Amino acid sequence: MVELDAHPQDWARYTPGQRLFRFLVFLASVAAVVWAVMSIDVIWPWVLDAPEQMGDLFGRMVPPDFSNLSDILWVLLETVNIATIATAVAVFAALPVAYIAAQNTTPNIATLWLGRFILVSSRSVNTIIWALLFVAIFGPGIIAGIVAIMFRSIGFIGKLLGEAIEEIDRRPVEALEATGASRLKVILYAIVPQVMPTFWAVSILRWDINLRESTVLGLVGAGGIGIVLQSAIDTFNWPEAATVLLAILALVILGEIVSATLRKRII
Amino acid sequence: MSQTRETWPETWHRPPMIANPVLRYGLAAAVLVYALWAVTSLPFDWQRAAEGLARAQRIFAGSIPPSFERSGLLIDGFLESIKIAILATVGGVLLSIPIAFMAAKNLAPKPIYLLGRAIIIVARSFHPVIVAILFVKAVGFGPLAGVLTLIVYSVGFVAKMLAERIEEIDWGQVEAMRSVGAGYLSTLFYAVFPQIMPRQIGLSIYQLDSNLRASAVVGIVGAGGIGSTLANAFGRYDYDFALAITMVIVGAILVSEGISGQIRKRIW
Amino acid sequence: MLKISNLVKRYGHGEPVLKGLDLEVPGNSVVAIIGASGAGKSTLLRCINRLVEPTSGTIALNDIVLSDLKGRELRAARRRIGMIFQSFNLVDRLTVMENVQSGRLGYLPFWRAASRRYPKRDIRRAYELMERVGIAHYANKRADELSGGERQRVGVVRALMQEPEILLADEPTASLDPKTSEQIMELLRSLSAEFALPVLINIHNVAEARLYTDRIVGMRYGKIMFDAEPSRLDKAAMDEIYAGLPAEERGEEETPAPSLQVSAA
Ligand SMILES: Nc1ncnc2c1ncn2[C@@H]1O[C@H](COP(=O)(O)OP(=O)(O)OP(=O)(O)O)[C@@H](O)[C@H]1O
Ligand SMILES: [Mg+2]
Repeated sequence: MVELDAHPQDWARYTPGQRLFRFLVFLASVAAVVWAVMSIDVIWPWVLDAPEQMGDLFGRMVPPDFSNLSDILWVLLETVNIATIATAVAVFAALPVAYIAAQNTTPNIATLWLGRFILVSSRSVNTIIWALLFVAIFGPGIIAGIVAIMFRSIGFIGKLLGEAIEEIDRRPVEALEATGASRLKVILYAIVPQVMPTFWAVSILRWDINLRESTVLGLVGAGGIGIVLQSAIDTFNWPEAATVLLAILALVILGEIVSATLRKRII
Repeated sequence: MSQTRETWPETWHRPPMIANPVLRYGLAAAVLVYALWAVTSLPFDWQRAAEGLARAQRIFAGSIPPSFERSGLLIDGFLESIKIAILATVGGVLLSIPIAFMAAKNLAPKPIYLLGRAIIIVARSFHPVIVAILFVKAVGFGPLAGVLTLIVYSVGFVAKMLAERIEEIDWGQVEAMRSVGAGYLSTLFYAVFPQIMPRQIGLSIYQLDSNLRASAVVGIVGAGGIGSTLANAFGRYDYDFALAITMVIVGAILVSEGISGQIRKRIW
Repeated sequence: MLKISNLVKRYGHGEPVLKGLDLEVPGNSVVAIIGASGAGKSTLLRCINRLVEPTSGTIALNDIVLSDLKGRELRAARRRIGMIFQSFNLVDRLTVMENVQSGRLGYLPFWRAASRRYPKRDIRRAYELMERVGIAHYANKRADELSGGERQRVGVVRALMQEPEILLADEPTASLDPKTSEQIMELLRSLSAEFALPVLINIHNVAEARLYTDRIVGMRYGKIMFDAEPSRLDKAAMDEIYAGLPAEERGEEETPAPSLQVSAA
């Protein structure tokens, strides 16, 4: 039986040290918020005005103007294509990166760090920033958009795939090495089948994310529906902007449904 | 056992994933046709892209070494991003609580539930950059638009996760409170909040990290912070300054990822 | 004929796990290697096909010295050595046929392996062997849908597909129930006779070792303490191999009352 006297008389949820730590964290958070409120470059009367401004903007959007709907849908389809092509290319480009970034398959320490470097730099730069760069290089247009999405996706897919490779069962790999199969064939027969489920799951997930990202590429000139949205806004054509927004909403929700069904089917 | 040996085939094919051959080949053909169409239908401007190599060279040459000459601007932009992220996190998390309760199937009546879900879906579906240009148009350039944008962005994620947590709370505690005659609010405070609190803190830290990343992006369309500084540098072909900014952003993201990971580990 | 002389294996900087081991396996005999956990049985088998790198000593299979081969030559040598594992080591998500054919990977051009267009001859052989061990009707099933005994049969067929000159089995029956485990041992024995193959089996079950093998090698702390036909494995020999271990852990099922006298190693 448990010794009852061994229990302390006063019950406290946390030790004093923990309480102090929690209190300090809390204090630091409050201080951070106060600092942010005090020093941010915001004209406060405008903040009070904001709901009215938003309401006003919203008022100008209703009713949406559907007269250009077929054009908008066409560009929307183009946006889907951008996301799909970029995802497809990125998925293949990410394979070797994942392979060298996984501790158990990378040929040597130099390739391991190369792989990690590629993953980190791809992941820490947002798609839009990549797009900014590639618009400067390739000029405005969908090539810049596709390449931007690709660059960002490689890091995402490569990281998750690399982790999947690190978690595979080593034993079949060893068994096939023992048959005298070459490295490439061992990869093909023992590693690829094991990471296939992750591969599909990650590709579908990234496609879904890329669908969203491709809707904004146009705002920095990198193609897709964003360009239509930008020009509607620039010309104060709010009813049309509303239509574009609705179309984007429909696209994203549809994409989510498609990817959910695909996930269920394939895995 | 095998007096009359069964005759086995001399060829072998892997059993296909889709058993129905019509569906299988149909699907393959459809994918092929789509791929061809997608690649050929897009308005590629190869001419222009081909000139890219020379331009890329110019950009890289112009960006190295990165210039920290105007580090004052850089620091201001960066601090502004942090402020935007903090305020948006506070605002977003607070706003998420009522919305999450609206969107929790087990607590809210049907029409409220649907409204709550709709808010979350809309907030999640629009990329923050789109939300940002709308706010920029409504309230003008600057950090206010950034804060508002990221509040919406935070609601999309935090309210969704929180609603899921609320849906799986332990009903025993709620009923215990009700059985001693507690009102709606005290039930909320003593039976529901304690159960969702840990998740809420974790989500807040995660969201602060995401907001910091996103604040760099929404700035590009004018919503303040370091993103605006970056967009300006790009616009003025100051590639060396742009590289410096990008390096700072990447560094900050890595640091923030590390810190938020550590804190979340500590708090639980 | 397998010939091992003065084999030493040391992991890192510790004590050697194999301490100057000599072993000859002529012709097609079934040899059991017994010994307490940690004696170095797995290490010995893995040194033979170089899954583990020997520290020094030589290993020769049919007059080809295996211990200093590299790259392509090592792979060519490994094709001639079949291995069977305790946990089967199949690729779960592949079909039985693909698992079986993966024994041929060393011989196959890459495109055939990748497109699963196996040569007719290999398919015929695969079906023959699968039929021989009773799993031919599972060819299109996924490996993870089979029972343990069936999976080990796939493992055996995969090794035989290599057309090996020797078979190494590291505790092939340890994850199987007693009945299935006897079937697998019987299978290994008859296959050895059928294909004129020497078979080396690491095994903890001494009773099974006695029953199904022609020769028993007892290991202790990286040295061979006993090497003779099963009938000569008496109590004294057992004590020497398993000195210090309680009788229940010796793997012998019907041991007489244990004498607690500990013979010094
Ligand atoms: N990869 C390794 N690295 C370091 N030490 C190892 C390694 N593999 C085995 N050893 C050590 O070598 C010794 C012999 O191990 P081995 O696996 O050969 O024993 P075994 O006789 O097969 O045992 P068991 O009957 O439990 O399978 C053990 O002490 C083990 O800890
Ligand atoms: Mg072992």
